[in-house]
Amino acid sequence: MTDTARYTRSDFQTDQEVRWCPGCGDYTILAAVQSFLATLDVDREKHVFVSGIGCSSRFPYYMNTYGLHTVHGRAPAIATGIATANPELTVWVITGDGDGLSIGGNHLIHALRRNVNLNIIMFNNQIYGLTKGQYSPTSEVGKRTKTSPMGSIDRPFNPVSLALGSEASFVARTIDMDRNHTIEMLDAMFKHEGAGLLEIYQNCNVFNDKAFLDLTDKNSRDSNRIWIRDGEPITFGADNEYGVVVDGEGARVVEVAKAGHRNIHVHDAGAPNPAIAFALSRLSYGPYGPTPLGIFRNVDVPSYGHEMENQIAEAQAAKGPGEMAKLIRSRGTWIVD
Amino acid sequence: MSDETLTDERPVPEQIDDVVIRFAGDSGDGMQLAGTQFTASSAMFGNDLATLPNFPAEIRAPQGTIGGVSSFQVHIADWDILTPGDSPDCLVAMNPAALKANLSDLVKGGLLIVNTDAFDERNLAKAGYDTNPLDNDALDAYQVLGAPMEMLTKEAVKDSGVKGRATLRSKNFFALGLMSWIYTRPIEPVLDWVDKKFGTDTPVGKANVMALKAGYNYGITTEAFHHTYTIQPAPLPAGEYTNVVGNTATAWGLIAGAEQAKLPLFIGSYPITPATTILEELARNKNFGVKSFQAEDEIAGIGTALGAAFAGRLAITTTSGPGLALKSETLSLAMIMELPMVVVDVQRGGPSTGLPTKVEQSDLLFAMYGRHGESPLPIISTSTPSDAFEVAFEAVRIAVTYMTPVILMTDGYIATSSEPWRLPDVSALPDISRPFASIQDGEEFLPYVRDPETLARPWAIPGQAGMEHRLGGLEKDATTGNVSYDPDNHESMLHTRARKIEALGKSLPEVEIFGEGSDLVVLGWGSTYGAIRTAVTRVQKTGRKVAHVHLRYINPLPSNLGAVLSSFDNVLVPEINLGQLSRIVRAEYLIDTHSFNRVLGQPMRAREIETKIYELLDQEVSS
Repeated sequence: MTDTARYTRSDFQTDQEVRWCPGCGDYTILAAVQSFLATLDVDREKHVFVSGIGCSSRFPYYMNTYGLHTVHGRAPAIATGIATANPELTVWVITGDGDGLSIGGNHLIHALRRNVNLNIIMFNNQIYGLTKGQYSPTSEVGKRTKTSPMGSIDRPFNPVSLALGSEASFVARTIDMDRNHTIEMLDAMFKHEGAGLLEIYQNCNVFNDKAFLDLTDKNSRDSNRIWIRDGEPITFGADNEYGVVVDGEGARVVEVAKAGHRNIHVHDAGAPNPAIAFALSRLSYGPYGPTPLGIFRNVDVPSYGHEMENQIAEAQAAKGPGEMAKLIRSRGTWIVD
Repeated sequence: MSDETLTDERPVPEQIDDVVIRFAGDSGDGMQLAGTQFTASSAMFGNDLATLPNFPAEIRAPQGTIGGVSSFQVHIADWDILTPGDSPDCLVAMNPAALKANLSDLVKGGLLIVNTDAFDERNLAKAGYDTNPLDNDALDAYQVLGAPMEMLTKEAVKDSGVKGRATLRSKNFFALGLMSWIYTRPIEPVLDWVDKKFGTDTPVGKANVMALKAGYNYGITTEAFHHTYTIQPAPLPAGEYTNVVGNTATAWGLIAGAEQAKLPLFIGSYPITPATTILEELARNKNFGVKSFQAEDEIAGIGTALGAAFAGRLAITTTSGPGLALKSETLSLAMIMELPMVVVDVQRGGPSTGLPTKVEQSDLLFAMYGRHGESPLPIISTSTPSDAFEVAFEAVRIAVTYMTPVILMTDGYIATSSEPWRLPDVSALPDISRPFASIQDGEEFLPYVRDPETLARPWAIPGQAGMEHRLGGLEKDATTGNVSYDPDNHESMLHTRARKIEALGKSLPEVEIFGEGSDLVVLGWGSTYGAIRTAVTRVQKTGRKVAHVHLRYINPLPSNLGAVLSSFDNVLVPEINLGQLSRIVRAEYLIDTHSFNRVLGQPMRAREIETKIYELLDQEVSS
């Protein structure tokens, strides 16, 4: 065993047959995660994958680590229990747009605000796949599905905006087709202390094919992928001819030549105030037209698990370790002879 | 006047065996505190006691109304008592609403102490009195002793530094002082408490001490109060005692369980009446390594507990009826994952929000069957406040030994009432730990291969190398735990999980029969213990034969229960529900039962059960 590359991807594969539909975006994400874990100097037995219910939630069965496939929407809560009980573990949450934003929305926002040491990967395919094609909380208005035959009248969530509004200390977005960027985002989230949310645009080729076409089609992707990188001006396009400016009205896309290069916003993922990150998240209403990809926010906040351990240490320092015999006498006693 | 020593120029008090006293007032009047302090003094004096707090669900219900009445009942005795008493012998009514709400419970001829200052037109109207009951013959059946407690308190505390309306806040201490005089209670424990809580130099501390002494002295100087009482210490078994509240005993039992299971305790809970104080007690004992997590909702409460169980901690979640319903789905998951956990259900009046501060035993069938799929779980119940310690410890033992969630049922009465508890020797508590899984080098870890006796599966936790495995809600292969859709495997797993509960049953103690004969047995569970035992004992004293069987284990039922019940002609089952244990017993043993159900949001009364027992015994004789 060497210090680097202790593992290969196959060390993280199980003998279980992967049962997603052929061509599903989940395969590329699974491969990216397995490959990424193999590069880390983290014992395999310290990884825990926790999922809820949905296509993506089968993920833990395919990871040769500790794992739980749980109840619809509840993965962030169950993972919170694991990460708080033992902060030495690396806990991953696998969820989807239905699991994480609909039935489990409450747990997601609270895990983020508490800054529990969790790496949350949200597979966003904008559809319910496992139940065969109903609109989800990220489906666009007007979406026609079996349960919205006249078009959905639900206004969708923007998961990045929601996470930023939930006090998340790490928020990023990537797309399943871009394996290198996916791994780069996984790495950044892994290194960040506390709760992280990585939204992955994931294609469901059966029930919602080509939902992310603007970002994946050869002819449109360059002009629609806004790469945001910490410390760099935000420009995009085949020749970086477009850029983003931020002013009192929010963030908007401009032509660099017209706006002037010095007016292009330089991204600061570590800004304590999440307002500008939020403004950037509003550049697109979904994966339509120019859409930011990358790390929106990455700030240092103490993680919940360690804060709780600190309180225990503090209590023990102040009162001494717990003694049952003392505790049951703590309300006053009397003797009967 | 407050600083002078109390001179106890007491006429010889009448010696009585026991007394039931109820302090009643507006929920802002501090009756819970007065009752608790009166109880503490009596405990220190050596009496046996049992208490029953009763308060509205609203934090501040409209002042002066019937809905806003809060009361605290305490039964003190020179003998071993089991209930807070059916009816008070003495009622302290701090306002007309308190009188109206409680008078019908006071025994005829009982002592009625009233704060006459509160009986003005406005308060009388709020309580729905057309005329002042103190001025007519409405209270002729009682010994009424009035005192202008507000005026006297105001006057007594005028040098304390407390000003204006705030002076009236100490009137509960005036009442407490007066009651301490009438029932010959020492006031020193109260003085100590005030000192600890407020300091005797603070205005509030001073005011409370002054009011307490003023109340006591008012008894001394007012001839009307010269008939006083005393209750001798009870001959309790020798030992060291504390006065313990049920929820506190539950929390302590869980901590003791964690210590003896050698597992750090994790509690994930959401605040809900009347369970919240268990979470609070655990949160203040972090020096035991307790991790207390206040979740965003009931589902996250059990969710985090499940996660902690997977991570190898002693997982606890606490709740009451509505919360148990919300936890149901995750409880089934914990059951199929076969992870240890204790779910405490402090039952309250239902359905829905129901009577959140009152007692009921109506979650039993929900605990038994309120899960999807075939999902049997061990269910265990507490019968008194101090019993909760032992039962909570036992719940932990079962959870860890059998790798299963356990439902521990208490109720709103046990949760908030108290009794003297002879402290156990905690160093003699058994070791209930069970080692985590281990494998030899190269051996494959099989998470569902079971212990042949307990049918418990091995517990391997994240961080243990070579035993990485996945658990999920999908049906599992009987050995590997991998997802299996095999029809025979599924049916076999259903039976195996049910057999695990049966295996537990074989290890449990048989029920004991209190009493003899074959005419009638009274079968109970939970907080009806004291009332049933009192009723049965009274009937036995008349020479008639009646027996009592009280259940701690409800699922599985004790192995000899069917035979025991069948050996009696009649089985009477008193419950604070509409017959839930009755239904289980009938289904299980095909024997008939007489259900006796009172669902008033109050503890069952011994007298009612006694009447029912006579009714059945007399029927037996005449038939």
